[in-house]
Amino acid sequence: MTEATSDYARPTALPEALALLAAGPLTVLAGGTDLYPATQAQRLAGPLLDITALEGLAGVTVGPEGLRIGAATTWTELAETDLPPALAALQQAARLVGGRQIQNAGTIGGNLCNASPAADGVPPLLVLGAEVELASVRGVRRLPLAEFVLGVRKTARTPDELLTAVHIPAAALAGTSAFVKLGARAYLVISIAMVAVRIVAERGRVVEAVLAVGACSAVARRLPQVEAALVGAPLSEVATRITAAEVGAALSPIADIRGTADYRLEAACVLLRRAVAQALPVEEVA
Amino acid sequence: MNQPGRFATITVNGRAIAATGDPARRLSDFLREEAGLRGTKSGCDAGDCGACTVIVDGAAVCACLMPMGRLAGARVTTVEGLADAPGEAGQGALSRLQAAFLRHGAAQCGICTPGMLTAAAALLAEYPRPTEAEAEVALGGVLCRCTGYRKILAAVCDAWRVDVPEAALPAGAAVGARVRRLDGAPKVTGADRFGADEWPEGALLLKAVRSPHFHAAFHFGDLSGWQAVRSGVAAIFTAADIPGRNRFGVIPAFADQPALAEGTARLRGEAVALVAFEPGAEPDLTDFPVTWQALPHLLDPAEAEATGAPLVHAGRPGNHLVAGLVRRGDAAAALAASVHLATGSIETAFVEHAYIEPEAGSAWMEGEVLCIRACTQAPVMDRDDTAAILGLPPERVRILPTAVGGGFGSKLDVSLQPLLGLAVLKTGRPCRMVYSRAESMTSTTKRHPARITAQIGCDAEGRVTALTFDGLFDTGAYASWGPTVANRVPVHATGPYRTPAVLARARAIHTNGPSGGAFRGFGVPQAALAQETLYDQLADAAGIDRLELRLRNAFRDGDATATGQVLQGTGIHECLTALAPHWTRALADAAAANAKSSHLRWGVGVASCWYGCGNTSLPNPSTIRLGLTPEGTLVLHQGAMDIGQGANTVITQICADALGLPVGSFTLVGPDTFLTPDAGKTSASRQTYVSGRAAQAAGAALRAQILRLAGLNGAVRLRLEGAELVVEGETSHRIDLAALAANPHGYALMAEETYDPPTAPLDADGQGTPYAVYGYGAQIAELEVDTELGTVRLLKITAAHDLGRVINPTLAEGQIEGGIAQGIGLALMEEYLPGRTENLHDYLIPTFGDVPPIESLLIERADPEGPFGAKGLGEHVLIPTAPAILNAVRHATGVTVTRVPLLPHRLRAAILAKGTP
Repeated sequence: MTEATSDYARPTALPEALALLAAGPLTVLAGGTDLYPATQAQRLAGPLLDITALEGLAGVTVGPEGLRIGAATTWTELAETDLPPALAALQQAARLVGGRQIQNAGTIGGNLCNASPAADGVPPLLVLGAEVELASVRGVRRLPLAEFVLGVRKTARTPDELLTAVHIPAAALAGTSAFVKLGARAYLVISIAMVAVRIVAERGRVVEAVLAVGACSAVARRLPQVEAALVGAPLSEVATRITAAEVGAALSPIADIRGTADYRLEAACVLLRRAVAQALPVEEVA
Repeated sequence: MNQPGRFATITVNGRAIAATGDPARRLSDFLREEAGLRGTKSGCDAGDCGACTVIVDGAAVCACLMPMGRLAGARVTTVEGLADAPGEAGQGALSRLQAAFLRHGAAQCGICTPGMLTAAAALLAEYPRPTEAEAEVALGGVLCRCTGYRKILAAVCDAWRVDVPEAALPAGAAVGARVRRLDGAPKVTGADRFGADEWPEGALLLKAVRSPHFHAAFHFGDLSGWQAVRSGVAAIFTAADIPGRNRFGVIPAFADQPALAEGTARLRGEAVALVAFEPGAEPDLTDFPVTWQALPHLLDPAEAEATGAPLVHAGRPGNHLVAGLVRRGDAAAALAASVHLATGSIETAFVEHAYIEPEAGSAWMEGEVLCIRACTQAPVMDRDDTAAILGLPPERVRILPTAVGGGFGSKLDVSLQPLLGLAVLKTGRPCRMVYSRAESMTSTTKRHPARITAQIGCDAEGRVTALTFDGLFDTGAYASWGPTVANRVPVHATGPYRTPAVLARARAIHTNGPSGGAFRGFGVPQAALAQETLYDQLADAAGIDRLELRLRNAFRDGDATATGQVLQGTGIHECLTALAPHWTRALADAAAANAKSSHLRWGVGVASCWYGCGNTSLPNPSTIRLGLTPEGTLVLHQGAMDIGQGANTVITQICADALGLPVGSFTLVGPDTFLTPDAGKTSASRQTYVSGRAAQAAGAALRAQILRLAGLNGAVRLRLEGAELVVEGETSHRIDLAALAANPHGYALMAEETYDPPTAPLDADGQGTPYAVYGYGAQIAELEVDTELGTVRLLKITAAHDLGRVINPTLAEGQIEGGIAQGIGLALMEEYLPGRTENLHDYLIPTFGDVPPIESLLIERADPEGPFGAKGLGEHVLIPTAPAILNAVRHATGVTVTRVPLLPHRLRAAILAKGTP
């Protein structure tokens, strides 16, 4: 057998990881749930930077500015952490990614960097106004999530950068959220469409509405027009104010084996109405 | 830099192991290749199937997605370590979970079982008494293709219980008993050895070079030059190296498939060359010197049979492989005279068998004999095809089947056996080969896509008058079982119903798609989709309840089929009658649910099946040998392949009662073409019936010998006491087996019996006796349609199946539940698109959450021909499910489905096209 090579690094300190990234292109390995399926070989081709031992890269921390989710936080950790109701959508998504084995290994940072149009993590983070934290030897920068995921398998990460965390601003922790995923079977399913919504309601009316749809365009999208139409709506009218025309205007679905473009648009609209109904606090509806 | 992969220590099943080597290596590969822990299975290398699930520091993970470099200091538990977990008895005893799997029949073929067990063990460590919902979520990431998941859920939820070992059954009580699988223990301990699990020391690893095109000419560049610059390439083989006839096929008259293509590849995934790698070398085929010239290809059978279409095979004009016909009476006239008519069409897709074990095996020489250990459903057919390709006499090829991780029809055809044999013959060295999931999916057979049009008429009282049926089956690039599908479909086109006038045609047309082969039902499930959905339309037209229409037309003893065969032991009426109370209850439930206006609509559907067991009008013998050694060991040479369905157990139960000794006294040998007589192939739901009859005859023959020796007659009891056989009747007699001269097989007493079903050829109009035994069944599907999204949620399936005689109720229920799961896939999600769905995340099979509770009603209407009255079951169970679902969807929404799978977008489009229900 070949001996361990310098092609595989698993540092514990971030500066060491960033120095390695600065020294040359490396494939960043987190949960492995996307990298391994992409090869038929029994080993990943290097050089690899395994980030799962990095201190401070996993877990959720609360600060005055909001929440910080370490990039190497797994879906299971996200699902099992006690989090505000605004993150319910993210936690629901975490329970619907793949199966339990995938949730135990896959990370939120890997989901974002893999940039699949069907990435279940993106819509719930979009409705939280999430920013990603990118670190390199040149420093740390933050980007809104919508500016980070640029296209199919394409992100704004430069080769020397590491996605270290996702930040949720304190303002976005208000309200309640929900995630609804549509697939052709119960488990281990790639979304035909999925939506996340976050609603802030006061005295029976919507104060703030944030909606996002995934798998219906190259990159998951927010729906500003629909969001605006919901503000001020009495809770009983929220679902009906979501119109197919306005939803459709924000999206550009493709047709593939999982569904036609028309179906995706229609389904997105239905899912949004259901997600909104699910997100609204019961006592507010009544 | 930290390099934890080097000499890191990991603890596997409580034992410290030095993890040397490449830290980027998959844990699954390390466990299997280095640690020798081959209970961990590799089904996809992509996290899609969960077969490789292990527990790492308390969490269930896919070992195929876990780099070794991450495991320094980690605690890993594999299936081999479950019995020694805290709180278990340990020391080789089964854990309570493992015992529960055996008790509930939760392991069939056993290939997913290690992944199921480890996923469950991780759950049980936290929640010792989980709810069904908790178990489902915890195990949802593991696919099973055999069981339909229900017995696995039951086992996991019942695993807290201390197992009470099975009481030994007395002689004569085996048939009908819930005997635990005789081959079950190794399936739950991880000790069972499948195709990829065993190979001779120093075996070369074989990889096939496969066509990336649907149709292409190819030629090789400098093969020896490529070999020279690659390290670890031991040999390269092409068609030019094949010593015998480079053509194989399950039906000799139609054999047309090369083991390695000769200049032209006719399907994507076809093997064109074979590379043998030295052990440990990276099996990398990059830059293999082959150039491809893509040729025009056909993927649409209607285009393929059109005038002027290019030919897939030069000798088959119109790309026409074969056609079948059954004609009885004047169907056109009878339809014209009918009071009510239903007319419709259905289109189905390629369906992939999706067993969790990709094809795998190994081979070596023993003297002059080529030995091949591989997964298969048909050892003797493998021997003959492989021998012909390699230019060997059949007696120089020995097939030693491994445990089979699911087959469902596709492992009837040879796959890697000739390739293994070729490399062993040419190199003189042992070889091994394991298909990747993509290779398995692209290169092996599929269920035939069908386009069927049909018309059925009835009179004013709902008595069916006539059926016309025309089926176009895409048989893909090679013949495989296309002829069988074309012949079997017209015979079964009426369903199990009296139909006085019939004109049923089916034809198999070549394309450059994957070869249409055998898949649980040989085309009958497709035919039933057409016929059973038309019965619902006919019932509505006639204003008759849908179940009642079926009851009025169901075959009874003495009725003639479309082939003119007069039936006996006909259980369909009993099946439908057994469903009646469930039907009434389900309709009431649906009506209540639909009383409130909602986008959720409930529906109830019913459909029937019948299926002839064994070959269609062809010889189909099985031979079973049974012997008592001078030492008093009772040996059953059981050559009927157990691919998870339970032949090892069922054949033994039948033989035990025929002989009059308990199941527990049997030792099983085989299957092995050097040790077991030919018990035929495991297909066509024939093993319980045909091999069962042979086993019954062998048991009876040995009993007769014993009674003669003892000079006793009639109701005597047998008992083995060491080397003495005690025969107790009116007097007691002891036979000293050691004193008897052993025969050339080494037996003091031996019986070997053959049974061949009495069938008769079909004439030009398809009239005759194609099968000696038929099995029957009917199922009710209850479901909820989300009309806004076009999704279907199954609520319950109630399945009544006539088994003639239930040999083993647990195994029978397992067949029913597993067949239903595959029927659900056929109806709702499975669509193999060549070039697009060659993995288990784009090709969807049902998961835990997709199979609803199933209630099995086992009906026993004895067949005069079957052993103890038993009939086949394995394929029957799949047939009614999909049409019952389609009928329930129509009941819920009014939508008549004309294409499966009924994916959400298709159902939604149909709902929109129809207007508001």
